[in-house]
Amino acid sequence: MPSVSEGSHATAARLAPKVPINETRSMASEKETPVRFQISDLNFFYGPKQAIFGLNLIIPVNKVTALIGPSGCGKSTFLRTLNRMNEIIRNTRVEGNILLDGQDIHGMDVVNLRRRVGMVFQRPNPFPKSIYENVAYGLRINGYKGRLDELVESSLHRAALWDEVKDYLHKSAFALSGGQQQRLCIARALAVNPEVLLLDEPCSALDPVTTAKIEELMFHLKDSCTMAIVTHNMQQAARASDFTAFMLDGKLIEHSETSKLFTTPKDPRTEAYITGRFG
Amino acid sequence: MMDPRIMWRRALNYVMLTLTGIAALGVVSVLFFILGYLIWNGGKSLNWNFFTQLPKPVGETGGGMANAILGSLKLLMLAALMGLPVGLLAGVYLAEFGGKTFSFVVRYTTDLLNGVPSIVIGIFAYSLVVLPVKHFSALAGGVALGIMVIPITVRSTEEFLKAVPGSLREGAMALGASKWKTIVTVVLPAAKAGILTGMLLALARVAGETAPLLFTAFGNRFWSPGFGQPTASLPVMIYTYAIAPYDDWHRQAWAAGLVLLGLVLVANLGARLLLNRGGAVRSV
Amino acid sequence: MSAAATTIVNEVPPQAGPRAFLRRLRGGDEIAHLITLIFAAGIILLTSTLVWELWVNSHLSRAKFGWMFFFTKVWDPNFDNFGAAPFIYGTLVTSAVALVIAVPLGLASAIFLSELAPRKVSDVISFLIDLLAAVPSVIYGLLGIFIVVPVMRTIIGPALINTVGNVPYIGALFRGPNYGVGFLTAGIVLAIMVVPFIISVSREVLLTVPREQREAAMALGATRWESTWKVVVPWARTGIMGSVFLALARALGETMAVTMVIGNAPTIAASLLSPGDTIASTIASQFTEATGDLYLSSLIELGLVLFLITFILNGLARILIVTTERGGGRPA
Repeated sequence: MPSVSEGSHATAARLAPKVPINETRSMASEKETPVRFQISDLNFFYGPKQAIFGLNLIIPVNKVTALIGPSGCGKSTFLRTLNRMNEIIRNTRVEGNILLDGQDIHGMDVVNLRRRVGMVFQRPNPFPKSIYENVAYGLRINGYKGRLDELVESSLHRAALWDEVKDYLHKSAFALSGGQQQRLCIARALAVNPEVLLLDEPCSALDPVTTAKIEELMFHLKDSCTMAIVTHNMQQAARASDFTAFMLDGKLIEHSETSKLFTTPKDPRTEAYITGRFG
Repeated sequence: MMDPRIMWRRALNYVMLTLTGIAALGVVSVLFFILGYLIWNGGKSLNWNFFTQLPKPVGETGGGMANAILGSLKLLMLAALMGLPVGLLAGVYLAEFGGKTFSFVVRYTTDLLNGVPSIVIGIFAYSLVVLPVKHFSALAGGVALGIMVIPITVRSTEEFLKAVPGSLREGAMALGASKWKTIVTVVLPAAKAGILTGMLLALARVAGETAPLLFTAFGNRFWSPGFGQPTASLPVMIYTYAIAPYDDWHRQAWAAGLVLLGLVLVANLGARLLLNRGGAVRSV
Repeated sequence: MSAAATTIVNEVPPQAGPRAFLRRLRGGDEIAHLITLIFAAGIILLTSTLVWELWVNSHLSRAKFGWMFFFTKVWDPNFDNFGAAPFIYGTLVTSAVALVIAVPLGLASAIFLSELAPRKVSDVISFLIDLLAAVPSVIYGLLGIFIVVPVMRTIIGPALINTVGNVPYIGALFRGPNYGVGFLTAGIVLAIMVVPFIISVSREVLLTVPREQREAAMALGATRWESTWKVVVPWARTGIMGSVFLALARALGETMAVTMVIGNAPTIAASLLSPGDTIASTIASQFTEATGDLYLSSLIELGLVLFLITFILNGLARILIVTTERGGGRPA
């Protein structure tokens, strides 16, 4: 797997902020892993149509959790409930509990929630601004008054993009290739120092080489950032995640450590999906 | 031996198609004819005096239309100040906030306003601004033109805001931007080019309007400082001079016509070329 | 996993603290919504006020003349007797002349641009025709006075009188003294002014006709013209009608060019060569001369009438055009 320059990751590691964790326990098994998100009895409706049925899931801290399942199973919908992005759509309804570090996300200010829980989308969507301004955007609107330059640089390091753009920070973001734009979007999301990063099929529009780069940066990001990634690509889930959740028709079928789910799935439907019998 | 009916159909085909081509070219040549004639007749009379001197007393030859040029600029400025913000904000409402029925009513009313003959808008401005104080003013003219600017601006603002992809809005909101911040920092800048050209086109359109000024700004043979006095304007001058019996005035009307048409066409050309080339979303 | 880092970069500002801050943040959206809503509502208020003012300020003449206003042929400021009939007549006649000239011309051009011309040529010519639509009315008036009127007076007028003028019935249209100004001249100038609208809307509508329609006709052996005239144009029929209504609405409201070439005489005459007046041109030429409240009120009532006519026409036009776009042009 081609690797981004060592220097970039060392710098990223050096600059990676420490994020407070609620509980410090040894990570022996799934049950004892400290939890960032706790979702219980989640039901979701688009108007009269129900899309998610009684979903219960935990998303452990500083791990990558993959969400897999056939098209239309509700994984993207579910991901978007975690940062309340579905509220932008009219006529949607959420039932059940979603707790971030023990706090109900529907009770907290949504602007603040979205700062703590960042999102990267399926297609890169940089703003029509310069590379610098894209990364600085989240900081500016949150009123950050400190030294933007440093934070922009560190975010670009964490997204493994710094070396490629450091001399062109004031060029338009559209001058970058698709893969670079996606990494820019990751840098943009990281700039506000989120505790969680949600990735909605981030590599589906990208080539294998770029995909590999992004998977590698995810690996290095884990230490400082919990991640949940929706993916169609089972190999990617198997490679890049610690835990995997399999969804079907809006329900959570199985959730366990990735290695276990892919080698010894408990549910026959999981096995059918991962062996390619449908989806 | 060809069936005579087919020959007839073929001939008809050829004739009709040629006729349509002639029609189209005929229409286009009218444009060139207008331009050409104006350049020929107006160019002859265009000189430095035209731009710098005041009109001479009736019957005397010479003089210029400096006050009319300045007056038109003043009126445009008033129209821009009054109409553009209303158009912009209403357009933002329709594109970003609008509820279903209310938006429909607003759009319908805007289209209605757009279709009102300009002379009727002049009557409206007359009753609002001239009647109460019983004298004509630049302000009244500006109000009339400002009203005309609104529907054009609303439509182009809404159109270009809607053209900004939803993914940009989502990206901003996912970073924690509130709705209005998203609009101000991402959506509006992205639609900037289109919105500005829409505004330019609106102003170019009202710059040539005569009817609404006939009894609002009225006219003036001298300078008209401030905004409370009757004011000369280029289109009204053209009209007044054209229907008068003096040859010298006719000459000046041609010159003024050339200037006015030149400005309007340049503004239109520029705006449309910008729109065709750049598209709605540009790097800001 | 890489070695644990000890440096801590400055944190982004802390989470939302007290409730006041929360309220203010959410308030930002509310305020923006409110402000833009007020301006949007302002447009509704503006238009309603316009209608209201027209209504109120025409009160005197409405009260005095009532419905007879529309039928009285006399417009006599000296005796305070005002009737709109001559101007309604003038408006209708000039618009009719304009449409008779502009519709065939415009439709033919639109057909050429949408069916025959290569796309690039079509785009360039359409662009130029759109520029024609941007030419101010007063400039058309200028050209009207100094070019069309003399030509009318010296060439076309006499020609028409001597040829068609002698034909029974139709000949009545081309009789009488010929000053160069009049209904026909105004109609011709109007035709040039509205033709760009017919062309641009019709062209767009024709372009939306599905390719399969043309291909079906051609596959049956139709000539290009036959396929266009018998299949494509009927498909786009409603939209084209819409463009005609639109052009008509424009023609009715046209003021300056008409005022300058129509002769400004409140007459109803059969001959197209006779001077006359339209509603708009009457208002334009007499408004500032109006002495007396009844005179002014009558002029404003004319404005109200004009508003209503264009309102109805524009509404119809839009329905027609939208129907084509949505219904795919199925024959009404």
